[in-house]
Amino acid sequence: MTRNDDGVVVFRENPFTKQWVFDPETLQEKLREAGPVVWLETHGCYAVARYQEVQAVTQDWATYSSASGTGLANYSKVKPWRDPAIVLEADPPKHARGRTVFTRALSPKRIRDLREPFQAYADTLVDAALDKGVVDGVAEIAQAFTLKVFPDAVGMPSANRHRFLEYGDMQLHSFVPPDWLDHDPYENQAEVADWVLNNCKREAIVGDGFGAVIYEAVDAGEITEAEGQNLVRSFLAAGVDNSISSFGNALWCYAKYPDQWEKLRNNPGLLRNAYEEVLRFRGPLQFNFRTTTKETELSGAHLRENEKVCVFIASGNRDPRRWPDADTFDIERKATGHMAFGTGIHGCVGQVLARLEGEALFSALLKRVRAFELAGEPAPRLVNVVQSFERLPIRLIPN
Amino acid sequence: MPQIRFIHPDGTEEVVEGAGSDSVMRAAVSHGVDGIVAECGGSAMCATCHVYVEEAFLSELPPMSEVEDELLDGTASERRSNSRLSCQLKMAEVPDGLTVRLPDSQL
Repeated sequence: MTRNDDGVVVFRENPFTKQWVFDPETLQEKLREAGPVVWLETHGCYAVARYQEVQAVTQDWATYSSASGTGLANYSKVKPWRDPAIVLEADPPKHARGRTVFTRALSPKRIRDLREPFQAYADTLVDAALDKGVVDGVAEIAQAFTLKVFPDAVGMPSANRHRFLEYGDMQLHSFVPPDWLDHDPYENQAEVADWVLNNCKREAIVGDGFGAVIYEAVDAGEITEAEGQNLVRSFLAAGVDNSISSFGNALWCYAKYPDQWEKLRNNPGLLRNAYEEVLRFRGPLQFNFRTTTKETELSGAHLRENEKVCVFIASGNRDPRRWPDADTFDIERKATGHMAFGTGIHGCVGQVLARLEGEALFSALLKRVRAFELAGEPAPRLVNVVQSFERLPIRLIPN
Repeated sequence: MPQIRFIHPDGTEEVVEGAGSDSVMRAAVSHGVDGIVAECGGSAMCATCHVYVEEAFLSELPPMSEVEDELLDGTASERRSNSRLSCQLKMAEVPDGLTVRLPDSQL
């Protein structure tokens, strides 16, 4: 085992290649077993992949800052590809203003009021999918559902919502730029980014959804107009893509492990916990980054100042040091404590909404679907930062 | 270790201990206290670890952040003047023997 000058284990393989998109679990295990903290030789940064260190880094925002970006690029050294997000890519005290407004817009009560419209749309969608029998679980269930209910809840116009998917790709490729693409993921950057930002402006927002709450905070002088736009963009950027990925992953889990769907049918009270287990077992987000604000020690390793730390979140959720039978998908497991939404002050602010979406969609499926079967080879999405599907041919077998 | 007393809506009581670095929420969850859901794991996102603090202890608690204040406006059971989120109360910062009542529902 090679160590760097400070005694930190050097990890020689490139963890961000295409190979690992198809097999993240093997990579995760290699990283976890290499040591509590490793130095990634190919990218010149630290990494943590065990539950305890993932949690420690994520919860200590003062030592492990988000203000220099949550991708590989260090904003103190290079210019970000777009204006930094004012909550995700900020530390206290700057973080607090936006976060307070987010919390108000996404208050648990406001979200409970969305239960009925979400459920109604989920029921309609599932009926249509059952009529077809075989569907693409990604396009016709996960995307169709999320692209309807989420932007509706924000108060966005309904035209051209598929452009969010293009924005999602751009955003995800920006964490660690992939080395396998034969096209430039940023070729439409200006156009797509403009479209998203224009749809986040006050003039574009309708109704009394999350967007309206944010612009009320602008009117009250809590945040500026530009910050308001930035917050609406963050809502959409973070909420749409990851929700879709998690629902696609959930469908795959139930097709792959039919006994778990059977268990859920026999005990629908497990529905919310089952989604937690999907997120633990196959949550979309694989990793993100922090930047050290000072020299520090972590689990016996010495870390230098102003260096990136790659936090392998999904790996922590599979760490056998924390989870008995970590590689078993078990909807009865106590899965809370997983970090699929992150943890600490930068934990996902929309997680209550994501859970409601998941509950609505899967309770609609639970009412009418006896079993899922794969109806073809699933196509993983070629992105290193999330684990999700591009296409998921799936047969819905009715009750 | 300091102790916390939880009173369920039906009047039954549970006393649990927790380490100083834990939150009251974490102490409850690790002892399996029903009525503390804590879906977000303590990130102040979900308001499902809501408790009503017995009046005698209220003034001895650390102050409330703006985020906790906003979240308490959206709890499943009504917010009262003694409402707090137990994930925001560190064991080291609350009086030993702190007594809290659990709401009827968290979701």
